[in-house]
Amino acid sequence: MTIAIVDYNAGNLASVKKAFDYLGAKALVTGDPEEVRRADKIVLPGVGNFAATRMLADSGMRDRIAEKIKAGVPFLGICLGMQWMLASSTEDPDVAGLGIWPERCGRFTAEVKSPHVGWNNLQIREAASRLMRGVPSQCFVYFTHSYRVPVLAATVAECEYGGTFSAAVEQDNLFGVQFHPEKSGEMGLKILSNFCEC
Amino acid sequence: MLTKRIIACLDVDGGRVVKGTQFLDLRDAGNPAELALAHSAAGADEIVLLDITATSDNRKTLLETVRDTAKHLFIPFTVGGGVRNLQDAAAIFEAGADKITINSAAIADPSLISNIARRFGSQAVIVAIDVKRSAAGFEAWVCGGRVPTGRDATKWAHEAEDRGAGEILLTSMDRDGTKQGFDCELTKAVSRSVGIPVIASGGAGNPQHFVEVFQDGAADAALAASIFHFGLSSIAELKQQLLASGIPVRPAC
Repeated sequence: MTIAIVDYNAGNLASVKKAFDYLGAKALVTGDPEEVRRADKIVLPGVGNFAATRMLADSGMRDRIAEKIKAGVPFLGICLGMQWMLASSTEDPDVAGLGIWPERCGRFTAEVKSPHVGWNNLQIREAASRLMRGVPSQCFVYFTHSYRVPVLAATVAECEYGGTFSAAVEQDNLFGVQFHPEKSGEMGLKILSNFCEC
Repeated sequence: MLTKRIIACLDVDGGRVVKGTQFLDLRDAGNPAELALAHSAAGADEIVLLDITATSDNRKTLLETVRDTAKHLFIPFTVGGGVRNLQDAAAIFEAGADKITINSAAIADPSLISNIARRFGSQAVIVAIDVKRSAAGFEAWVCGGRVPTGRDATKWAHEAEDRGAGEILLTSMDRDGTKQGFDCELTKAVSRSVGIPVIASGGAGNPQHFVEVFQDGAADAALAASIFHFGLSSIAELKQQLLASGIPVRPAC
């Protein structure tokens, strides 16, 4: 099994790779759509501005990812990668996301400091989630982001910060986490290991 | 609920962890990779590694230390000291850091903040500000606390935020290593002047000091070094006391 970690110049992917290496999974960091075509699973990490995802369309990666998803290949979006699964973000309204869900990402309200940085607890909403299997509700994970995904029908875990938002989503072969499992200690590794088994 | 973070800091020199008092008088405290894992296992929310000498000859040593430390560490990992440009930052990220701190180089060229933020995201850029109280107020110092800048720390923090910094690491030089407690007045002044998280540093001597900096200093996170290395207070014990004082923290595992 090969996991392709998609590189599109949106931050540092070394820590995601390191976590899969630690779990004994075969993962490669690549910006080449052909390598993604050959992969058995796809991880789309990413931090920074939503506009960075424009590169995915320009490089042909977006089409390749869409084909693989249609073929049933497990896909995990992390942070910006999860936000990209929606239609768009108010951060860059002109940039189209993958549009799996029609909703739009929005910014945290001004009442709370932004970015939302640190360890926050999850409320597991869907006990049958494969991604969150064995992860207790109220478990703490590490977040760092300024935009958030609203609560969707596909939301399996929620988080509270200036309102409730989606911490994890799951629908068939599609998975997304707003937090950083590669930086969330044992529980984060458990979630990545669950994805390896999906 | 978002918790207050307890950050363990490793001051390194030539590949070893050291700790001084008011930036001087260094004591050896061990191997960085081992200490980082021990702190993580004990419940630290993040690890910061600061290269305190940051001469050009020990850059290679630093990158090796970062690589070793990052290898099995699965909590946020920040590296600082001697980052002069985008290339230095890129090398540190490549070695496995999640965030970098910049201090002197950001004062010398504030556009460095936005350049690193554009490439690696704001969440990866922490602007470190070393502060000494003076007649004029809270003054920012650079070059490892050797050179005054004449700049007001609160204004500089605000500018750093505007330029794309994701967090501020605020060190009180007056309190550093003294174990007399954090400078809560300074921390509050800076925390209230920015919309990004502020990490308080310098002066932690006992758990009550952490309670004070979260309650009175409006800190989002607090960093300490010697209090943890020399076993003065365990992180688990510290977190219990914080929880008992009504401060939300992630329980030690």
